[in-house]
Amino acid sequence: MKSWLTTTDHKRIGMLYFWTALVFFLIGGLEALVIRAQLARPEGIGVSAEIYNQMFTMHGTTMVFLALMPLSAAFFNYIVPLQIGARDVAFPRLNAFSYWVFLLGGLFLNASFVAGPLFGAAHLSVAPDAGWFGYANLTSRQFSPGPNIDFWVLGLLILGIASLAAGFNFIVTILNMRAPGMKLMRLPVFSWMTLVTQFIVITAFPVITVALVLLMFDRFFGTHFFVPAGGGDPILWQHLFWLFGHPEVYILILPAMGIISEVLPTFSRKPLFGYTVVVYSGVLIGFMGWGVWSHHMFAVGLGPIADSVFSATTMLIAVPTGVKIFNWIGTMWGGQLRFTTAMLFAVGFIAMFIIGGLSGVSHASPPADLQQTDTYYVVAHIHYVLFGGTMLGLFAGMYYWWPKMTGRRLSETLGKWHFWLTFVGMNLSFFPMHFSGLLGMPRRIYTYGAELGVTRLNEISTAGAFLLGVAVLVFLVNLWRTRTRGEPAGNDPWQGATLEWATTSPPPVYNFTVLPRVESRLPLWATEHHGAMAPLPATPPAPIHVPGGSWWPLVTALGLPLIAVAALSHQLWLALAGVAVVIAGIYRWAYEPFEA
Amino acid sequence: MVPLFTAAAVVTGCGGPFPQSTLAPRSDFSAAVNTLFTGIFWWAVVVFVIVEGLLLFVIIRYRRREGAGEPRPLHGHTALEIGWTLAPALILVFIAVPTMRTIFATAGHAPAGALRVEVVGHQWWWEYRYPDLGIVTANELHLPVGTPVQLELTTADVIHSFWVPRLGGKRDLTPGRVTRIAFTADSAGEFSGQCAEFCGASHANMRLRVFVQPDSAFRAWVAGQRAQPAAPAPGSLAERGREDFARGACIACHTIAGLPQARGIVGPNLTHVGSRTTIAGALFPNTTEYLRRWIDDAPSLKPGALMPAIVLPDDELSALVAYLQSLR
Amino acid sequence: MVNSMGLDNRKMVFWAFIGSECLLFGSLISTYLIYKGKSLVGPYPHEILNIPFTSFSTFDLLMSSLAMVLALAAIQRGDMRQGKLWLFVTALLGLIFLGGQVYEFSSFVHEGLGLTTNLFGSTFFVLTGTHGAHVTVGVIWLLTHWVQALRGKLGPAQAITVEITGLYWHFVDVVWIVIFTLVYLIQ
Repeated sequence: MKSWLTTTDHKRIGMLYFWTALVFFLIGGLEALVIRAQLARPEGIGVSAEIYNQMFTMHGTTMVFLALMPLSAAFFNYIVPLQIGARDVAFPRLNAFSYWVFLLGGLFLNASFVAGPLFGAAHLSVAPDAGWFGYANLTSRQFSPGPNIDFWVLGLLILGIASLAAGFNFIVTILNMRAPGMKLMRLPVFSWMTLVTQFIVITAFPVITVALVLLMFDRFFGTHFFVPAGGGDPILWQHLFWLFGHPEVYILILPAMGIISEVLPTFSRKPLFGYTVVVYSGVLIGFMGWGVWSHHMFAVGLGPIADSVFSATTMLIAVPTGVKIFNWIGTMWGGQLRFTTAMLFAVGFIAMFIIGGLSGVSHASPPADLQQTDTYYVVAHIHYVLFGGTMLGLFAGMYYWWPKMTGRRLSETLGKWHFWLTFVGMNLSFFPMHFSGLLGMPRRIYTYGAELGVTRLNEISTAGAFLLGVAVLVFLVNLWRTRTRGEPAGNDPWQGATLEWATTSPPPVYNFTVLPRVESRLPLWATEHHGAMAPLPATPPAPIHVPGGSWWPLVTALGLPLIAVAALSHQLWLALAGVAVVIAGIYRWAYEPFEA
Repeated sequence: MVPLFTAAAVVTGCGGPFPQSTLAPRSDFSAAVNTLFTGIFWWAVVVFVIVEGLLLFVIIRYRRREGAGEPRPLHGHTALEIGWTLAPALILVFIAVPTMRTIFATAGHAPAGALRVEVVGHQWWWEYRYPDLGIVTANELHLPVGTPVQLELTTADVIHSFWVPRLGGKRDLTPGRVTRIAFTADSAGEFSGQCAEFCGASHANMRLRVFVQPDSAFRAWVAGQRAQPAAPAPGSLAERGREDFARGACIACHTIAGLPQARGIVGPNLTHVGSRTTIAGALFPNTTEYLRRWIDDAPSLKPGALMPAIVLPDDELSALVAYLQSLR
Repeated sequence: MVNSMGLDNRKMVFWAFIGSECLLFGSLISTYLIYKGKSLVGPYPHEILNIPFTSFSTFDLLMSSLAMVLALAAIQRGDMRQGKLWLFVTALLGLIFLGGQVYEFSSFVHEGLGLTTNLFGSTFFVLTGTHGAHVTVGVIWLLTHWVQALRGKLGPAQAITVEITGLYWHFVDVVWIVIFTLVYLIQ
């Protein structure tokens, strides 16, 4: 137990991220099922408006910040150092710190579900309830008097610190710790997309940090940054939020795109088609993603010129995004396709992401968007790209890399059931939403009029959602059974091309007996230009130093929720104690003898 | 679009009509948007068919066959890549040009002489003021058919969004600014809509109705709205209700022209509430039963409603309801 | 230690951090500029900002950057006596800057401009307060090095950590130049 609390090993931290994110994914999924159960019929199942509003807020917040991002982080942590031929990340303790802060932030946010009595609230739950993008001025103290939004603001501030720390860490790791010969243009696409994602993280998160701090000042100290009565403009919140929020969606999709860029070549037995273009388009998306944010604000009335500009930039970004699809198809063209579960999910990604991309193009047209935004049409779009895209990509990664991470294969039979139930479930759930949106059903409503004529569509969506729940159960059973009954994987169960397959499954704590020397993009494959890399020796020629653990990342991390709780309870001494814990933790961390 | 859509509707077992459909436009604004969307939709279908078709082809054609050797590696193909970059870009141009045109055509500026209506959003109801006609009403908007209309939108509290899909796209109501929608309705009828920006507990219940009327009917409505409602007959239940209203809590929040004590502005103007087809933010039919239930315990029907439960003896409640129903 | 780009990991991570901080201060400065001239009530900037006084603070911070450069140079060549002196001077000049900020803030409050008085007060105090918090962290960092030097534990081998502190200190100084220009000089 102690070794897990003090671990600085990227592989262990990756597993911690995985299991924690999985639990939050299940919580977010339950929130979705409550939503869908309520919406199956106009009269619902008796979920109150207050609870419903908490459900959709927490579903969005949980899935974005506590499930999708950390599941991606699980793979950043476990796989990237292996892919670049390193022994660990640049700053192992900072890595552990990121994980603990994520865990504590997630716990803090979810504690709101049972914190009502502490605030004298009428109900048990005071979970955030103003949507995952928390628009001002609904989130002002006047219109959201309770602690709900405080939990949201403080929780996200904590989580932002986790993401930023990881962002800095992985940028240095990928740029500075590559094995000899691993030039940037030989980097596996997953590691490339991770690098781009981290640059987006470190530039976008400060913006939402400022937005949240300004909102916090409004709510706690009486400023008027977003309060109209004091001259504040709620639209400023939208600008700041979406300046973060749009790059955030690229943070969510690029890693999954990276994953399938690994899975498709492996199971096509062919290199990625157009590696350079795929990499450059990822980088381009990272930059261009900064120029489109107001496409989330077409209904605000910014004016025809602003709308036109953002419409144009949004359509422009569709090009590098869409081109990748052809690259992936080109990878499979002429290949020898093996439909393992990982491959099924990767192909599923392409099939579903194109749908999300196309509805995205219709959103890019402001007049059309005025009928689509804030309706179930955009809910369909979001879920096609984030579930059909990111989640299917992450599942592909799980089936692909589980053998490497645990030494055992997941069951392919259960995997195929998982895939098909997921594929059918998600389409059943989200495709009808295009229609219910176009038929006039807004989003974020706990009930709707029977006269709208969308009842049957909602019933279908609900059935699909529960089918997805069954699919997830199948997956959980697969994970569970594999612990004891999974087939041993060996180093390289899929005949992969990249460095992670050169070492054992799971790798030894030092990753590689000898750091490989890299001569190509596909080190483990023989191609027309070079032979396959020679196998690494079974044991290291000399003892390899492995850094020990450290308590300081966890200790420092603990200071943050202390400060957050102090803010909620208006206790200055507790805040100072939290700050003291952070400062003391950093000091001990800095002066601890630790050789990475 | 409509035939395709009807087919889908039949398949899913739901028939029309769809009162908030975005695909059955009844104004120049919604028609322009629908035309644009239809174009985008068909381009999307083309791309969808091509991409999914290619994907299907590839996964069937290139399944691993026994005894097959290693496939030929294909790192790229410049001409092809240029082609499949330019083709989507070109399609986007075909979408962008009509988009830009439609943006400017529907930017919300009506010609001079248009009928102006100021829309003020409240949690969770709609206030309408016709400044040139001297009318203030709530939740049900009356407009003349074939006449340009300019809606000027703002809010008294948080951000809302005005959306009547058959008459046009939505526009947010933001504190501190006035936004605009302009359109000309092309056919008479009753159109429903609702708030489309999450605005708190009863966002789902903030609905609205628009009555587009032939010119003569509209002018008759205007005349009716500008006149004060007839006083209730002496000794009637409604007269008793009027006295109760004037003495009761109602006047803190509601205005009724002709009842000097009633000048509250927190809740909807009730001067002609009897002439409306719905109450409570177009949520319930305007019937005796719903009026009674609403007055008795509004928050239980509409979570978070600012109108408190007003518990009254049965006969007082009947009198009050009779009075409100008399306000035509 | 593997090093693909020839730059020490710690320096590289710090440059990434500074990039991120640019966005942080950029957002705060943008908020200030967006709300410039939009205060509903006074006091207004031209009534309350004291350019001469703040010019002196700015000069003080600039001089502290010079002291930082001298401190690093001394430590890099092993002259710990000079190193300790200039580290201390840098921190002292930083403390003087902070003292000036405290004085300025309290005089503003005294003259009727508080955090919640108007948009100018809110944006001004949050922006300059965040900057001041950064200076405070820098002063603590410098004094920590200074104490280590007094204990004989700081030498040329640790110069890189002082270099990183210097990077931070110069960044904080540059941010101040931007704030001084946009808030005080261009009204």
